[in-house]
Amino acid sequence: MKRAADFFDRHAPWLFPLPALLAILVLIVGPILANFVLATYDFFIGSAPRFVGLANFETALADRRFWNGLVNTFYFTGVAVPLQMLLGLGIALLFNRDMIGKGFVRTLILLPMVATPVAIALIWALMFNPSLGVLNYFLESLGLPRSLWVADARLAIPSLVLVDVWQWSPFVALILLAALQGVPQEYYEAARIDGAGAWQSFWHITLPGIRAAIVVALILRSIDALKTFDIIYVITQGGPGTASETLNVFAFKTGFEFFRAGYAATLLIFLLFVVLGIAVLLNLARRRVA
Amino acid sequence: MSRAGSVTVYPTQARAYKRNARLQSALIYLLMALVLVIILFPFVWMILTSFRNQIANTSPVPVWFFTPTLENYRNVIQRNDFLFFTWNSLVVATLSTLLGLVLGLPAAYSIARFKQNGLALAILIARLTPYITYLVPWYLAFRALGLIDTYVALTLTHLIVGMPLIIWIMISFFEDVPTELEEAAFVDGSSRLGVFFRIVLPLAAPGVVAASILAFIFSWNQFLFSLILSGPNTRPVPVAVFNFISYGQIDFGGLGAAAVLITLPVILLTLVIQRYIVSGLTMGAVKG
Repeated sequence: MKRAADFFDRHAPWLFPLPALLAILVLIVGPILANFVLATYDFFIGSAPRFVGLANFETALADRRFWNGLVNTFYFTGVAVPLQMLLGLGIALLFNRDMIGKGFVRTLILLPMVATPVAIALIWALMFNPSLGVLNYFLESLGLPRSLWVADARLAIPSLVLVDVWQWSPFVALILLAALQGVPQEYYEAARIDGAGAWQSFWHITLPGIRAAIVVALILRSIDALKTFDIIYVITQGGPGTASETLNVFAFKTGFEFFRAGYAATLLIFLLFVVLGIAVLLNLARRRVA
Repeated sequence: MSRAGSVTVYPTQARAYKRNARLQSALIYLLMALVLVIILFPFVWMILTSFRNQIANTSPVPVWFFTPTLENYRNVIQRNDFLFFTWNSLVVATLSTLLGLVLGLPAAYSIARFKQNGLALAILIARLTPYITYLVPWYLAFRALGLIDTYVALTLTHLIVGMPLIIWIMISFFEDVPTELEEAAFVDGSSRLGVFFRIVLPLAAPGVVAASILAFIFSWNQFLFSLILSGPNTRPVPVAVFNFISYGQIDFGGLGAAAVLITLPVILLTLVIQRYIVSGLTMGAVKG
């Protein structure tokens, strides 16, 4: 008994994390590697796999639906993330003051990011409804023309961007709010004495002071936006047609609606490289900033 | 005002300044209210929809004032086996959280004590990789093992959502436990395991509660894994509600009620641990 405890103490640094590491190896690393093997097979779920080498990759590169998915993925992320960064910064600056009920307000702001995604997607789908949805009522009240929202191929992605911006701008705001509180007040007083205006203080004190937090928010949001699934799949299922089909959704359909496991794995490898590529690029930018 | 020393301020000017300042702060509060209204509107709409009957819900002009009805809730709960789906969600979220604690707590402690930054990075893979990447191999493996539509498959896969959250949150809690306390216990002849269970864990208990609730919420919210790996015996609420929209004409009130029922537990739990949500979502990125 004593010897077992001694053995454990000596090897604690690898025995403690071992179970978690095994879980990660079996449940995460294994499947990622398995995709590379699967991608070399023509494999319909339920029938025998056939080795095809790199044919799936060739198929993907010639597949208009693959390119459509890739473009949609970047379209969605490229519009949603800059918008929520700007709005998040605006909200953070707006709420960065002492007031009654500050804690309560922050709890309210948390709701869009913790609420069950399927529930959020459902409510937005109801609000988007072209004939009965409340959003068209608001448009009309403002004297604007009604919209088809997600039922219009050109508006499907912008509508989904609207949901993502609603859901995640508060998250950006909360990260930046924490950073704003770390900017020393004396800097602002000194600047005011030197005659700096509000804009100058913002540009020369606030922005540099929260630069690191801005980059962190940008990295997290970009990675997560590239991976968005629940909201898109529940609201539009990639439609109308393939108008809002991102790589994520296309891979899902390939695997679980068309049962082409090999081709789905190929698409997922592309998706993985896109996300990793963006993550590495953003991290390089982060080092330069820091 | 700060340059008052160099500029003579006349009373009328001072009054104009004050009026300006008051106008400005009124404008700011108005903007804040607007932001909050926009953030909260979908939730308000969800609740209103859930208490309106189908006629009011399908009116071309929104009905703001109405006699609330519990009809939608009754329909959802009785006709759709909602309690069974809720039970499934509860079982999976609880089991995966417990398993996440068993595997994650020692790992987090080890990372905090032995400064295993490489290990912490390995756990980041779970944050980076799109969840769907694991799903095709998982599906094939679980199918081969006959585990589709079992709590085992759902618990194991939801572990991947919860365990990294638990580890990341707990690292900072464990780092805050003073090493002197541990060293004193070692001198008294305690083993590493004894120290972990008798000293470190009790001191980090608030963190364990926060991390557990967060892991529970994320399992409860999980949709993608459950969509593919669950079945008639294990279907959790988000998947049940998603299936519910595919049937025939849209029952607005029913959907509203279902959405309220899934979201309510999450909101209640969020109130308890609101301080940790952002650090959970950023998973250490802000610190590092």
